[in-house]
Amino acid sequence: MTETLLDVRNLRVSLKTDRGMLNAVRGVDLQMKRGQTLCLVGESGCGKSLTAMALMGLLPRYANITSDCFDMAGEDLTQKPQSKLAKLRGRDVAMIFQDPTSALNPTLTVGRQLTEGVMRSEGLDRAAANARAVEMLDRVGISNPEARLTQYPHAFSGGQRQRIMIASALMGRPRRLIADEPTTALDVTIQAQILRLLGELQSTLGLSLLLITHDLGVVASIATDVAVMYAGRIVEQAPAEDLFHAPQHPYTRGLLRAIPVPGVTPRGSELPAIAGRVPGLIGEMRGCAFRDRCALGSSECASDPVPRHGDDAGRFVECFKVTPGEATQ
Amino acid sequence: MLAFIAKRLVVAFCVCVTVSAISFALMFLSGDPAIAIAGAGGRAQDAEAIRIAYGFDRPLIVQYLDWVGSALTGDLGQSIYFNIPVSEIIGNRISVTMWLGVLSFLLALVVAVPLGIAAALRPNGWIDRIALVLAVTGQAIPSFWLGLMAIVVFGVWYGWVPISGAKTWQGFILPVIVLSYYAMPAMMRITRSGMIDVLATDYVRAARAKGLPMRVVIFRHALRNAVLPLVSLAAVQLGLLLSGSIVIESVFALNGLGRLAWESLLRSDLPVVQAIILILSLLYVALTTFADILNAVLDPRLRGAN
Repeated sequence: MTETLLDVRNLRVSLKTDRGMLNAVRGVDLQMKRGQTLCLVGESGCGKSLTAMALMGLLPRYANITSDCFDMAGEDLTQKPQSKLAKLRGRDVAMIFQDPTSALNPTLTVGRQLTEGVMRSEGLDRAAANARAVEMLDRVGISNPEARLTQYPHAFSGGQRQRIMIASALMGRPRRLIADEPTTALDVTIQAQILRLLGELQSTLGLSLLLITHDLGVVASIATDVAVMYAGRIVEQAPAEDLFHAPQHPYTRGLLRAIPVPGVTPRGSELPAIAGRVPGLIGEMRGCAFRDRCALGSSECASDPVPRHGDDAGRFVECFKVTPGEATQ
Repeated sequence: MLAFIAKRLVVAFCVCVTVSAISFALMFLSGDPAIAIAGAGGRAQDAEAIRIAYGFDRPLIVQYLDWVGSALTGDLGQSIYFNIPVSEIIGNRISVTMWLGVLSFLLALVVAVPLGIAAALRPNGWIDRIALVLAVTGQAIPSFWLGLMAIVVFGVWYGWVPISGAKTWQGFILPVIVLSYYAMPAMMRITRSGMIDVLATDYVRAARAKGLPMRVVIFRHALRNAVLPLVSLAAVQLGLLLSGSIVIESVFALNGLGRLAWESLLRSDLPVVQAIILILSLLYVALTTFADILNAVLDPRLRGAN
């Protein structure tokens, strides 16, 4: 059994709004394992970024976070995760963001931004911290790193800035890395380079990588495991290969069907979209959130709890209508 | 950076030349200055004599260069009303205005920045609401009324401070407070809104993700970016305060530049008015240039090519 670096059970995030409580994350179970690249996929608003923020303790004050179990780096974070996470950030868990242009402070040098975290948390002096920064910049493929420490972010291209963000996240030598849509703001060729870099770092450093994305192409190229999120819950999780070859949840199947395959999908044909809309998340929700859009949906789908079918390998699906092992597609 | 400063200084010089030309032209705004000086009962010969005595008969460009040349050596001409050098009159008055302006500015800044930051950390919290009330009242209450009320309460009823005049430093207490209260709200609000914007950025979140304590995030990452608009506003505010508040100087009977300008206008003492306008305009140019350079120090993107 591989080492579990993060274990969170029944994570819930709710936000107070004018129209009532918005339950954005409704009971997520998530484990990050050593050497694993877990992709959390789902459409905008499904709660995947909020889940990442909750794991980092970066949610705003008005967000309410609860869980039955929240273990990271030997610390029990079930109570007051936000304040306890402040000590772990940077050292035990680090994060890279969607848009590297806005995630780097325009008024501070790259060297300062890379070194300030470890100078504080590890008490490194300037020379040692700079040496670490040079090592990390070199690792992420920034050429001539010594000279570039004194430059400001605007002197770098978008792809280079994302590399710097990755270097910055690695400075504290964390074992868990959370990447929130790290390639969305980059153009396609750069996306591939950044994904390759993340994959390399993940295997050479033995990181556990949690990658949040809505792009199934990204998932296919990097994931070892995939968790599909819908309306605040993980509806299906499986090793990447299994998920692509034998998706089980009707939502996962719908997502995969909506991807055109060159040579297979006839030119000019309409792609099958999932009908209907995502349900509103204000107030309590009963049963399966996907039932109104689901071809298999029936009255039993409105009851609680939604059965979870799982196997020992960590694969599970939450659905009334399908069970793992059933022939699909 | 040096190239940026050099460029700003060249621009500032060009503005100074333009400003001096306009101030010079003011002399001729009301027609022939010789006739104006000769007065309503002046004869044609008198005007002619004055024209020669003051050099108004020379070509304009010569007069301008001559005026600029003497202004550079500190000679701003003769007051028509007092018949003494303008520089002497201004020299007597300028320190009152500068003290009043600088102290009010510093007080406003010391109140505005911490209050703006505190308000931004919890928008709609109680500090934010109190700050908003303070800002709205500060902008809404006319300073002459506030000044008079302050004199009645603290000068007449309690007798804590002198009622008027600048004989002692205590005389500055009330005018400085009243004037800074007038200047504070805009600076506080711009600090607050700048801070709120910056606190929502990804780089502040990224700074927190590094494990930096909130204090470091606020002062190193957020404030540096949030003060950029404040620097530009503060330069203009300081210019405004240094140009002398006619209202405040009148209410508190302080003999500063504001009052001098007002009195000189009434006396048609054009050389004095001209000199005051020149000095204040140059002051503005210096302040905005300084603000631009300070912003470039704070934000490397403004320095142009790296």
